[in-house]
Amino acid sequence: MAVVFCVLSGMGATVFAAPDSARQAELLYLLKHDCGSCHGMTRKGGLGPPLLPESLSNRSQQLLLGTILDGRPGTPMPPWRGELSEQDAQWLIEAMRRGEGL
Amino acid sequence: MVDRGDAPRGGLVNTSPQNGVRKLFFFSATIFGSGRPQQVPGSFLRDCGWIFLSLVFLSGSSQIANADCLIRGTGDLGVVVERATGSVQILDTTARSRLFRVTGLGDLSHASVVFSRDERYAYIFGRDGGLSRVDLLCGTLDKRVVQAGNSIGGAISQDGSLVAVSNYTPGGVKVFDADSLVLVADLPAIGKDGKPSKVVGLVDAPGQQFVYTLYDAGEIRIADLSDRAAPVVTTYRDIGRLPYDALITPDGRYYIAGLFGEDGLALLDLWEPQEGVRRIMDHYGRGKEALPVYKMPHLEGWAMAGRYAFIPAVGQHEVLVVDSDSWQEVGRIAVHGQPVFVVARPDGRQVWVNFAHPLNDTVQVIDTQKMQVVHTLQPGKGVLHMEFAPRGETLWLSVRDDDQVQVYDTASLARVAQLKVEKPSGIFFTARAHRTGL
Repeated sequence: MAVVFCVLSGMGATVFAAPDSARQAELLYLLKHDCGSCHGMTRKGGLGPPLLPESLSNRSQQLLLGTILDGRPGTPMPPWRGELSEQDAQWLIEAMRRGEGL
Repeated sequence: MVDRGDAPRGGLVNTSPQNGVRKLFFFSATIFGSGRPQQVPGSFLRDCGWIFLSLVFLSGSSQIANADCLIRGTGDLGVVVERATGSVQILDTTARSRLFRVTGLGDLSHASVVFSRDERYAYIFGRDGGLSRVDLLCGTLDKRVVQAGNSIGGAISQDGSLVAVSNYTPGGVKVFDADSLVLVADLPAIGKDGKPSKVVGLVDAPGQQFVYTLYDAGEIRIADLSDRAAPVVTTYRDIGRLPYDALITPDGRYYIAGLFGEDGLALLDLWEPQEGVRRIMDHYGRGKEALPVYKMPHLEGWAMAGRYAFIPAVGQHEVLVVDSDSWQEVGRIAVHGQPVFVVARPDGRQVWVNFAHPLNDTVQVIDTQKMQVVHTLQPGKGVLHMEFAPRGETLWLSVRDDDQVQVYDTASLARVAQLKVEKPSGIFFTARAHRTGL
């Protein structure tokens, strides 16, 4: 099933194809187990902040995308660019906003 | 709820020649009715044992339900955390078998375990603030309190009478009576800026002390609970930015916090606490660009080989070697990735290292005489933790993605056993009961 997200980036409207279902499963596994080591497997937070839908609701897509791909200097949040494509990160943000897998 | 592992089932008294497991007869009723083993004089047992047993038997007490408990020593038992299912398995490290699975322990994404000094009970600290006491012989959840919203770890006092938990939300340390899990002391962690701080690196120290570190505030604190009704807290400020974890040396003398926000470590000499905290290994990154850290290193498990300490570098694919007399760096060993756990075999001859995502399928073995990596193993994806048998003949490691605990012979480096464990993370053996800081 092809799902297309339309996302506004700084450069204007950009269209991203969602990762395929196998990749989606990988991303959710990564979210649970690897992001989960700092943010909690239930995303309630730990050394890093919670990633629950209500904690992300007032965060812009751009801020979250930048945080995932480029990290947060001065904090333990590392840059995931290289491991995650922009499409991957966009999909993960949507998944977290939906509370998927919780 | 309890699932039986590999332990034999059967009649009331059932001895297995394989692993010496024997069902505990009605005798156990007298032993832990109060939640903790009571002292029963040996002579009393010898002289009056049969009368005693008969009385208990005749009493028809519901405690006879403990017939399902094992009668055996616990010195070779261990606990492995199943992080995704809120459960633990109790392992027999001699038979290399699973005894029990205990469920209902909450969110164990980042769980750790300490043991009562009689090695009967495991205290399990869960991410969700749950403090659970598990009976290793009965495979049961004996007591549980949810004491905070979000916690990170715990420690047991020198005399075993107090259990302390360090919390993220609300930040602070809570101290509980080890028998009853009733709150004894609530120690908030408000930094000098007036803001609450997450607490990391909680350890026990000699003299009924707990030592811990405030992540956000950059402070080390010592809580002295010699008088449990009146804890005395000493604070050390400005130890450095973002201390992420800490350890205490096996002799209980030095407390060392790793800093994420700076290149270096903060050291407090507990024999001379008036001297304050000093910086060691300052600028060990030496201007090299810090590599991304996809999992924070852990300092618990402090690797000492003779006078040398082996410490994971942060943001460098290196293990730092430090002389514990001078606290000067004496070398660094290039390794496969960002080290997470750096643990020494009890004799200090080998140091084993696992790594952060995405290189967490690999484990390396450092020879501490050659000061270099001598073996590289690939146990599988998601090697999260390692634990040596108390005398070091085997190393047990968890392989998350393969749902396995694997056992390695540390002399031949051959894999000698594997156990099915659901998404295993921390592995903890009961011998920790008798070591400071573990």
